[in-house]
Amino acid sequence: MDFPFDFSKKQLESIEDVLNEELIELGVQSVVLIDLAGNVIVNLDNGRCQHDVYSLAALAAANFGAVSAMANIIGEEEFSLLFHKGESDSIHFSKVGTDLLLLTIFGKDVSLGFLRLKANEANDRIRDLL
Amino acid sequence: MALINPKKREVQVKIVYYGPGRGGKTTNLEFINEKFRSRIKSEMVTVKTYNDRTLFFDFLPFDIGMIKGYTIKVQFYTVPGQVKYNATRKLVLRGVDGIVFVADSMTLRQEMNIRSLENLAENLVSFNKNIETIPLVMQYNKRDLEKEGIPVLPVEIMEKDLNAGLKAPYYTASAVSGDNVAVTMKRIISMTVMSIREKLELGGSE
Repeated sequence: MDFPFDFSKKQLESIEDVLNEELIELGVQSVVLIDLAGNVIVNLDNGRCQHDVYSLAALAAANFGAVSAMANIIGEEEFSLLFHKGESDSIHFSKVGTDLLLLTIFGKDVSLGFLRLKANEANDRIRDLL
Repeated sequence: MALINPKKREVQVKIVYYGPGRGGKTTNLEFINEKFRSRIKSEMVTVKTYNDRTLFFDFLPFDIGMIKGYTIKVQFYTVPGQVKYNATRKLVLRGVDGIVFVADSMTLRQEMNIRSLENLAENLVSFNKNIETIPLVMQYNKRDLEKEGIPVLPVEIMEKDLNAGLKAPYYTASAVSGDNVAVTMKRIISMTVMSIREKLELGGSE
C-alpha cells in the first residue's frame, strides 16, 4: 500500500471550502489534512496561530500509525477517535477515507462534542470530493 | 510518492536515511540541520529513547527552492536502526521517494549492514517499491575511525557486500565531522527530484 495521491487545484479548493465552513467557522484554531505518509495536503487557520504544520503532520502520521498498531494488538482494526487534551489547546484526529487524516487544533472555547459532529460532517463531504 | 499541490505549486518529497543502529543516520541530519540552518524554517523533530537512541524517527524539513515553478520541500526522516523496531521503520518508509543507506564502516558491523539492507528491500516490497529502482545513495560512514586505530572495512568489501547488485552511487563519509554529508544529501536530492521531474512537467493533475 502506498499513496499515489494527486489532487487537482479544484479539488483542493473544494476541500478548503469544506474545512472553512465546517471547522474554521466553528472557531477552531487550525485544521490540517494530511496523508499517512506525513504530507500536508491542505492547511488552514484562523489567522492567529503559527503552528509548524509540516512537523505536526510528520508526527501525527507516525502517531496514528503507532496507535493503529496498538489497536491491532488488542484485536481492533483501529481506534476511531483520537484526541489529545491540553491545558488550553487540544488536538482532534479523524480518519478521512482510508488514507487521509484530519487534524483539528482547538481551544477551550470549542466543545469536543460539537467539534466531533462537525469533523464527521467535514469527513463525509471531503470523501465525496476524492 | 511525492505529493504535488497544484494550488500552492508545492511538492513535498520524502527522503529517508536508513541503516543499522548507531550507524550515524541521526548524526547526518544533525549536521545538515546545523550547516544549512538558513534553509530550515523549523526545529528538527526527534523522538528519542531515554538513552538518546532514535525511538521513532528524526524529521527535518528542508527547502531547496523552485524547480519548474514548484517550491520543493524536502522532508528528511531517519528510522530507528535497531532490529526490534521494524514496525516503526515500516511506518516511516510509507510514501518514501528516496533513500540514503548509511552503512557503518566498522569491521564489527559488517553483518549488521547486510541485514539492514535486506530489511530495507523487504520493507520496500510491502509498499510495492523496489530497492533496485528507487533513488538510492550509499554512504559508508565512520571512515574517520581508521585514524583512531579502529578496524574499518575496506570500501571494496563494503561495495561487494552491499552494492554489487544495486550499483548505487556511494560516498565514504564521516557524519561526526561532516565529511561528505552534504555531498550525500545533494546527490539524493538531485536523484529524487529527477525521478519526479516527469510528473512535474505534466504539471500535476490540473
